[in-house]
Amino acid sequence: MAEIPKEEYILRCTSACAGCSSSLVLRYILKAAGPDSVLVVPACCTSVIQGIYPNTAMNIPVYNVAFASAAAVASGMSAAFRSVGKKTNVICYAGDGGTVDIGIQALSGALERGTDFLYICYDNEAYSNTGMQRSGSTPLGAKTTTTPEGKRDAKKDLDRIVQAHNLPYMATACSAYPLDLYKKVQKALAIRGPTFIHILAPCPPGWRYPSEATIEMGKLAVKTGMWVLYEREYGKLSVTGASKGALAKPLPVGEYLTRQGRFKGIDAATIDYVQQSVRDNLARIAREVEGVC
Amino acid sequence: MSAKLAISRPVKGASGKTGSWRTFRPVVNREACNACGLCAQYCPDGCIDEELEIDLNFCKGCGICANECPKKAIEMVREED
Repeated sequence: MAEIPKEEYILRCTSACAGCSSSLVLRYILKAAGPDSVLVVPACCTSVIQGIYPNTAMNIPVYNVAFASAAAVASGMSAAFRSVGKKTNVICYAGDGGTVDIGIQALSGALERGTDFLYICYDNEAYSNTGMQRSGSTPLGAKTTTTPEGKRDAKKDLDRIVQAHNLPYMATACSAYPLDLYKKVQKALAIRGPTFIHILAPCPPGWRYPSEATIEMGKLAVKTGMWVLYEREYGKLSVTGASKGALAKPLPVGEYLTRQGRFKGIDAATIDYVQQSVRDNLARIAREVEGVC
Repeated sequence: MSAKLAISRPVKGASGKTGSWRTFRPVVNREACNACGLCAQYCPDGCIDEELEIDLNFCKGCGICANECPKKAIEMVREED
Protein backbone atom coordinates (compact mmCIF):
# COMPACT_ATOMS: atom_id res chain seq x y z
CA MET A 1 0.00 0.00 0.00
CA ALA A 2 2.66 2.45 1.08
CA GLU A 3 4.27 2.81 -2.32
CA ILE A 4 1.06 3.85 -4.13
CA PRO A 5 1.15 7.63 -4.76
CA LYS A 6 -1.54 9.70 -3.04
CA GLU A 7 -2.03 11.94 -6.09
CA GLU A 8 -5.29 11.58 -7.95
CA TYR A 9 -5.25 12.53 -11.63
CA ILE A 10 -9.00 12.38 -11.98
CA LEU A 11 -10.68 15.27 -10.18
CA ARG A 12 -13.91 14.60 -8.32
CA CYS A 13 -15.78 13.47 -10.20
CA THR A 14 -16.45 11.95 -13.61
CA SER A 15 -20.01 11.08 -14.62
CA ALA A 16 -19.25 7.35 -14.69
CA CYS A 17 -22.00 5.13 -13.29
CA ALA A 18 -21.93 4.38 -9.56
CA GLY A 19 -19.70 1.37 -8.97
CA CYS A 20 -17.89 1.71 -12.32
CA SER A 21 -14.77 -0.42 -12.37
CA SER A 22 -13.27 1.44 -15.31
CA SER A 23 -13.02 4.58 -13.13
CA LEU A 24 -11.24 2.55 -10.47
CA VAL A 25 -8.85 1.07 -13.00
CA LEU A 26 -8.04 4.45 -14.55
CA ARG A 27 -7.21 5.90 -11.10
CA TYR A 28 -4.46 3.29 -10.64
CA ILE A 29 -3.19 3.49 -14.21
CA LEU A 30 -2.64 7.24 -13.83
CA LYS A 31 -1.08 6.82 -10.37
CA ALA A 32 1.41 4.39 -11.92
CA ALA A 33 2.01 6.56 -14.99
CA GLY A 34 2.40 9.90 -13.21
CA PRO A 35 1.90 13.44 -14.57
CA ASP A 36 4.15 13.14 -17.64
CA SER A 37 1.57 11.08 -19.53
CA VAL A 38 -0.95 11.54 -22.32
CA LEU A 39 -4.11 9.48 -22.70
CA VAL A 40 -5.49 8.64 -26.14
CA VAL A 41 -9.16 7.69 -25.80
CA PRO A 42 -11.26 6.38 -28.68
CA ALA A 43 -15.06 6.19 -28.46
CA CYS A 44 -15.85 4.26 -25.28
CA CYS A 45 -17.36 4.91 -21.86
CA THR A 46 -14.33 7.03 -20.95
CA SER A 47 -14.97 9.47 -23.79
CA VAL A 48 -18.38 10.39 -22.39
CA ILE A 49 -17.68 10.54 -18.65
CA GLN A 50 -14.98 13.23 -18.60
CA GLY A 51 -17.32 16.10 -17.73
CA ILE A 52 -19.34 18.76 -19.47
CA TYR A 53 -17.52 20.94 -22.03
CA PRO A 54 -15.55 23.17 -21.49
CA ASN A 55 -14.76 21.38 -18.22
CA THR A 56 -13.12 18.03 -17.65
CA ALA A 57 -12.37 15.89 -14.63
CA MET A 58 -9.19 14.56 -16.24
CA ASN A 59 -6.16 16.35 -14.82
CA ILE A 60 -3.71 15.10 -17.44
CA PRO A 61 -3.84 15.69 -21.22
CA VAL A 62 -6.47 13.53 -22.93
CA TYR A 63 -6.89 13.25 -26.67
CA ASN A 64 -10.35 12.03 -27.69
CA VAL A 65 -10.17 10.40 -31.11
CA ALA A 66 -12.29 8.43 -33.58
CA PHE A 67 -13.25 4.85 -32.77
CA ALA A 68 -10.86 2.99 -35.08
CA SER A 69 -7.86 5.26 -34.66
CA ALA A 70 -6.53 5.12 -31.07
CA ALA A 71 -3.36 3.11 -31.72
CA ALA A 72 -2.63 4.97 -34.97
CA VAL A 73 -2.95 8.35 -33.20
CA ALA A 74 -0.70 7.07 -30.41
CA SER A 75 1.89 6.00 -32.99
CA GLY A 76 2.12 9.52 -34.38
CA MET A 77 2.11 11.05 -30.93
CA SER A 78 4.83 8.76 -29.65
CA ALA A 79 7.00 9.41 -32.73
CA ALA A 80 6.59 13.17 -32.24
CA PHE A 81 7.52 13.03 -28.53
CA ARG A 82 10.54 10.80 -29.14
CA SER A 83 11.79 12.95 -32.04
CA VAL A 84 12.06 15.95 -29.70
CA GLY A 85 13.63 13.81 -26.98
CA LYS A 86 10.62 13.66 -24.65
CA LYS A 87 9.93 10.52 -22.63
CA THR A 88 6.20 11.31 -22.11
CA ASN A 89 4.14 8.15 -21.61
CA VAL A 90 1.67 7.65 -24.45
CA ILE A 91 -1.19 5.48 -23.20
CA CYS A 92 -4.18 4.34 -25.23
CA TYR A 93 -7.16 3.71 -22.98
CA ALA A 94 -9.77 1.91 -25.05
CA GLY A 95 -12.79 -0.25 -24.39
CA ASP A 96 -13.30 -3.73 -25.76
CA GLY A 97 -15.33 -2.54 -28.75
CA GLY A 98 -12.60 -0.09 -29.73
CA THR A 99 -10.00 -2.84 -29.36
CA VAL A 100 -11.25 -6.28 -30.36
CA ASP A 101 -13.64 -5.07 -33.08
CA ILE A 102 -13.22 -1.55 -34.42
CA GLY A 103 -9.67 -0.68 -33.39
CA ILE A 104 -7.91 -3.99 -33.98
CA GLN A 105 -6.35 -3.02 -37.32
CA ALA A 106 -4.78 0.14 -35.88
CA LEU A 107 -3.61 -1.81 -32.81
CA SER A 108 -2.05 -4.55 -34.92
CA GLY A 109 -0.29 -1.93 -37.06
CA ALA A 110 1.12 -0.05 -34.08
CA LEU A 111 2.36 -3.28 -32.45
CA GLU A 112 3.98 -4.36 -35.69
CA ARG A 113 5.72 -0.97 -36.16
CA GLY A 114 7.19 -1.23 -32.67
CA THR A 115 5.53 2.01 -31.48
CA ASP A 116 6.78 3.02 -28.02
CA PHE A 117 3.43 3.14 -26.20
CA LEU A 118 1.16 1.30 -23.78
CA TYR A 119 -2.18 0.09 -25.06
CA ILE A 120 -4.73 -0.66 -22.35
CA CYS A 121 -8.00 -2.37 -23.18
CA TYR A 122 -10.55 -2.20 -20.37
CA ASP A 123 -12.96 -4.95 -21.16
CA ASN A 124 -16.55 -4.68 -19.94
CA GLU A 125 -17.56 -7.24 -22.55
CA ALA A 126 -19.97 -5.09 -24.60
CA TYR A 127 -20.57 -1.64 -26.11
CA SER A 128 -21.67 -0.27 -22.73
CA ASN A 129 -21.43 3.42 -23.56
CA THR A 130 -24.26 3.12 -26.10
CA GLY A 131 -26.43 0.87 -23.93
CA MET A 132 -24.92 -2.61 -23.92
CA GLN A 133 -24.77 -3.99 -27.44
CA ARG A 134 -22.84 -7.20 -28.10
CA SER A 135 -19.14 -6.90 -28.96
CA GLY A 136 -16.60 -9.48 -30.07
CA SER A 137 -15.59 -9.60 -26.43
CA THR A 138 -19.04 -10.52 -25.05
CA PRO A 139 -18.87 -14.03 -23.56
CA LEU A 140 -20.94 -17.00 -24.65
CA GLY A 141 -24.46 -16.99 -23.22
CA ALA A 142 -24.50 -13.32 -22.13
CA LYS A 143 -27.65 -11.32 -22.86
CA THR A 144 -27.15 -7.89 -24.40
CA THR A 145 -29.61 -5.63 -26.20
CA THR A 146 -28.54 -7.23 -29.49
CA THR A 147 -28.35 -10.79 -28.15
CA PRO A 148 -31.58 -10.93 -26.12
CA GLU A 149 -31.47 -14.74 -25.91
CA GLY A 150 -27.80 -14.89 -24.95
CA LYS A 151 -24.75 -14.65 -27.22
CA ARG A 152 -24.29 -17.75 -29.36
CA ASP A 153 -20.57 -17.25 -30.04
CA ALA A 154 -17.58 -17.41 -27.72
CA LYS A 155 -15.51 -14.41 -26.61
CA LYS A 156 -12.75 -13.44 -29.03
CA ASP A 157 -9.33 -14.30 -27.59
CA LEU A 158 -7.74 -10.88 -27.91
CA ASP A 159 -4.69 -11.79 -25.85
CA ARG A 160 -3.58 -14.53 -28.21
CA ILE A 161 -4.02 -12.18 -31.18
CA VAL A 162 -1.83 -9.58 -29.45
CA GLN A 163 0.64 -12.24 -28.34
CA ALA A 164 1.17 -13.20 -31.98
CA HIS A 165 2.86 -9.81 -32.50
CA ASN A 166 5.71 -10.88 -30.18
CA LEU A 167 5.74 -7.66 -28.20
CA PRO A 168 8.16 -7.18 -25.28
CA TYR A 169 5.52 -7.01 -22.54
CA MET A 170 1.86 -7.88 -22.24
CA ALA A 171 -0.32 -8.60 -19.23
CA THR A 172 -3.85 -9.15 -18.07
CA ALA A 173 -5.34 -7.53 -14.97
CA CYS A 174 -8.67 -7.15 -13.22
CA SER A 175 -10.24 -4.15 -11.51
CA ALA A 176 -10.67 -6.17 -8.31
CA TYR A 177 -6.86 -6.30 -7.92
CA PRO A 178 -5.74 -2.67 -8.35
CA LEU A 179 -2.28 -3.18 -6.79
CA ASP A 180 -1.49 -5.99 -9.22
CA LEU A 181 -2.57 -3.66 -12.03
CA TYR A 182 -0.47 -0.80 -10.66
CA LYS A 183 2.68 -2.94 -10.76
CA LYS A 184 1.95 -4.13 -14.28
CA VAL A 185 1.43 -0.58 -15.59
CA GLN A 186 4.73 0.51 -14.03
CA LYS A 187 6.51 -2.45 -15.58
CA ALA A 188 4.96 -1.83 -19.01
CA LEU A 189 5.89 1.86 -19.00
CA ALA A 190 9.50 1.09 -18.06
CA ILE A 191 9.89 -0.96 -21.23
CA ARG A 192 10.65 0.77 -24.52
CA GLY A 193 8.47 -0.48 -27.34
CA PRO A 194 4.85 -1.58 -27.62
CA THR A 195 3.25 -2.92 -24.44
CA PHE A 196 -0.28 -4.11 -23.83
CA ILE A 197 -2.53 -4.68 -20.81
CA HIS A 198 -5.98 -6.26 -21.00
CA ILE A 199 -8.16 -5.49 -17.97
CA LEU A 200 -11.44 -7.14 -17.05
CA ALA A 201 -13.78 -4.34 -15.93
CA PRO A 202 -17.11 -5.55 -14.49
CA CYS A 203 -20.00 -3.20 -15.36
CA PRO A 204 -22.94 -3.06 -12.89
CA PRO A 205 -25.72 -1.81 -15.25
CA GLY A 206 -24.49 -3.85 -18.22
CA TRP A 207 -23.84 -7.11 -16.41
CA ARG A 208 -26.93 -6.53 -14.26
CA TYR A 209 -25.61 -6.92 -10.74
CA PRO A 210 -25.87 -4.41 -7.84
CA SER A 211 -23.23 -1.65 -7.92
CA GLU A 212 -21.64 -2.63 -4.59
CA ALA A 213 -20.66 -6.06 -5.98
CA THR A 214 -18.13 -4.72 -8.54
CA ILE A 215 -15.06 -5.92 -6.62
CA GLU A 216 -16.71 -9.26 -5.73
CA MET A 217 -17.55 -9.87 -9.39
CA GLY A 218 -13.95 -9.25 -10.45
CA LYS A 219 -12.64 -11.57 -7.76
CA LEU A 220 -15.12 -14.28 -8.77
CA ALA A 221 -14.03 -13.99 -12.41
CA VAL A 222 -10.44 -14.64 -11.34
CA LYS A 223 -11.22 -17.33 -8.77
CA THR A 224 -13.38 -19.31 -11.20
CA GLY A 225 -10.68 -19.09 -13.87
CA MET A 226 -12.99 -17.20 -16.25
CA TRP A 227 -10.25 -14.54 -16.19
CA VAL A 228 -6.58 -15.35 -15.67
CA LEU A 229 -4.08 -12.80 -14.33
CA TYR A 230 -0.73 -13.19 -15.99
CA GLU A 231 2.12 -11.32 -17.61
CA ARG A 232 4.30 -12.20 -20.53
CA GLU A 233 7.75 -10.62 -20.55
CA TYR A 234 9.67 -11.15 -23.77
CA GLY A 235 7.46 -14.17 -24.40
CA LYS A 236 7.91 -15.75 -20.96
CA LEU A 237 4.60 -16.39 -19.24
CA SER A 238 4.08 -15.99 -15.49
CA VAL A 239 0.76 -16.24 -13.69
CA THR A 240 0.27 -13.56 -11.02
CA GLY A 241 -1.69 -12.96 -7.82
CA ALA A 242 -4.96 -14.74 -7.14
CA SER A 243 -4.79 -16.66 -10.41
CA LYS A 244 -2.06 -18.88 -8.97
CA GLY A 245 -4.64 -20.36 -6.60
CA ALA A 246 -7.32 -20.49 -9.29
CA LEU A 247 -5.00 -22.40 -11.60
CA ALA A 248 -4.66 -25.16 -8.99
CA LYS A 249 -8.24 -25.16 -7.74
CA PRO A 250 -10.78 -23.00 -9.59
CA LEU A 251 -14.27 -22.39 -8.22
CA PRO A 252 -17.11 -23.68 -10.45
CA VAL A 253 -18.01 -21.11 -13.15
CA GLY A 254 -21.65 -21.21 -12.04
CA GLU A 255 -20.70 -19.13 -8.98
CA TYR A 256 -19.68 -16.30 -11.31
CA LEU A 257 -22.38 -16.68 -13.98
CA THR A 258 -25.40 -16.97 -11.69
CA ARG A 259 -24.55 -13.72 -9.86
CA GLN A 260 -25.16 -11.70 -13.04
CA GLY A 261 -28.49 -10.81 -14.65
CA ARG A 262 -26.97 -11.03 -18.13
CA PHE A 263 -26.65 -14.81 -17.70
CA LYS A 264 -30.18 -15.24 -16.32
CA GLY A 265 -31.82 -18.35 -17.74
CA ILE A 266 -28.55 -19.76 -19.12
CA ASP A 267 -29.03 -23.51 -19.66
CA ALA A 268 -27.01 -26.26 -18.02
CA ALA A 269 -25.45 -27.34 -21.32
CA THR A 270 -24.02 -23.85 -21.89
CA ILE A 271 -22.66 -23.70 -18.32
CA ASP A 272 -21.00 -27.11 -18.92
CA TYR A 273 -19.53 -25.85 -22.17
CA VAL A 274 -18.17 -22.70 -20.47
CA GLN A 275 -16.76 -24.84 -17.63
CA GLN A 276 -15.02 -27.13 -20.11
CA SER A 277 -13.48 -24.23 -22.04
CA VAL A 278 -12.24 -22.67 -18.77
CA ARG A 279 -10.72 -26.04 -17.81
CA ASP A 280 -9.02 -26.32 -21.22
CA ASN A 281 -7.69 -22.78 -21.02
CA LEU A 282 -6.30 -23.25 -17.49
CA ALA A 283 -4.68 -26.53 -18.53
CA ARG A 284 -3.06 -24.83 -21.53
CA ILE A 285 -1.69 -22.04 -19.31
CA ALA A 286 -0.47 -24.51 -16.66
CA ARG A 287 1.35 -26.52 -19.34
CA GLU A 288 3.04 -23.41 -20.66
CA VAL A 289 4.08 -22.26 -17.17
CA GLU A 290 5.63 -25.70 -16.57
CA GLY A 291 7.37 -25.46 -19.93
CA VAL A 292 5.64 -28.57 -21.28
CA CYS A 293 4.13 -27.19 -24.47
CA MET B 1 -5.54 28.00 -34.11
CA SER B 2 -5.95 26.81 -30.52
CA ALA B 3 -9.02 29.04 -30.14
CA LYS B 4 -10.80 26.90 -32.74
CA LEU B 5 -10.05 23.60 -31.02
CA ALA B 6 -12.57 22.15 -28.58
CA ILE B 7 -10.37 22.04 -25.46
CA SER B 8 -11.72 21.29 -22.00
CA ARG B 9 -9.89 22.45 -18.85
CA PRO B 10 -9.58 20.38 -15.68
CA VAL B 11 -11.81 21.55 -12.82
CA LYS B 12 -13.37 19.93 -9.79
CA GLY B 13 -17.06 19.18 -10.24
CA ALA B 14 -16.86 18.92 -14.06
CA SER B 15 -19.88 16.62 -13.99
CA GLY B 16 -21.71 18.57 -11.29
CA LYS B 17 -22.16 17.40 -7.72
CA THR B 18 -22.57 13.70 -8.34
CA GLY B 19 -23.49 13.21 -4.67
CA SER B 20 -27.05 14.12 -5.69
CA TRP B 21 -27.28 10.75 -7.50
CA ARG B 22 -27.20 8.86 -4.22
CA THR B 23 -30.06 6.74 -2.89
CA PHE B 24 -27.97 5.27 -0.07
CA ARG B 25 -25.36 7.16 1.96
CA PRO B 26 -22.28 5.49 3.50
CA VAL B 27 -22.12 6.07 7.27
CA VAL B 28 -18.89 5.08 9.01
CA ASN B 29 -18.82 3.60 12.49
CA ARG B 30 -15.45 4.99 13.67
CA GLU B 31 -15.30 2.61 16.63
CA ALA B 32 -15.45 -0.45 14.41
CA CYS B 33 -13.08 1.02 11.78
CA ASN B 34 -9.47 -0.14 12.03
CA ALA B 35 -8.27 2.29 9.33
CA CYS B 36 -7.12 -0.47 6.95
CA GLY B 37 -7.89 1.83 4.00
CA LEU B 38 -9.51 -0.79 1.76
CA CYS B 39 -12.55 1.49 1.27
CA ALA B 40 -10.32 4.27 -0.09
CA GLN B 41 -8.41 1.77 -2.20
CA TYR B 42 -11.56 0.46 -3.87
CA CYS B 43 -13.58 3.69 -4.21
CA PRO B 44 -13.96 4.04 -8.01
CA ASP B 45 -14.16 7.82 -7.83
CA GLY B 46 -11.48 8.43 -5.23
CA CYS B 47 -14.02 10.08 -2.92
CA ILE B 48 -12.37 8.80 0.28
CA ASP B 49 -9.29 10.73 1.44
CA GLU B 50 -6.26 9.74 3.53
CA GLU B 51 -8.14 10.36 6.80
CA LEU B 52 -10.84 8.05 5.41
CA GLU B 53 -13.35 10.91 5.26
CA ILE B 54 -15.97 10.38 2.55
CA ASP B 55 -16.69 13.37 0.30
CA LEU B 56 -20.50 13.32 0.25
CA ASN B 57 -20.59 16.12 -2.35
CA PHE B 58 -19.40 13.60 -4.90
CA CYS B 59 -19.95 10.08 -3.45
CA LYS B 60 -22.42 8.37 -5.80
CA GLY B 61 -23.48 5.83 -3.17
CA CYS B 62 -22.35 2.72 -5.05
CA GLY B 63 -21.78 0.88 -1.76
CA ILE B 64 -18.45 -0.76 -2.70
CA CYS B 65 -16.81 0.65 0.47
CA ALA B 66 -19.49 -0.91 2.71
CA ASN B 67 -19.39 -4.19 0.84
CA GLU B 68 -15.58 -4.52 0.96
CA CYS B 69 -15.06 -3.30 4.56
CA PRO B 70 -13.59 -6.29 6.47
CA LYS B 71 -14.86 -4.84 9.80
CA LYS B 72 -18.36 -4.10 8.44
CA ALA B 73 -17.85 -0.56 9.78
CA ILE B 74 -19.71 1.17 6.93
CA GLU B 75 -23.48 1.05 6.70
CA MET B 76 -25.48 2.21 3.69
CA VAL B 77 -28.38 4.33 4.97
CA ARG B 78 -31.26 5.46 2.75
CA GLU B 79 -31.18 9.17 1.93
CA GLU B 80 -34.24 10.98 3.26
CA ASP B 81 -36.24 13.49 1.13
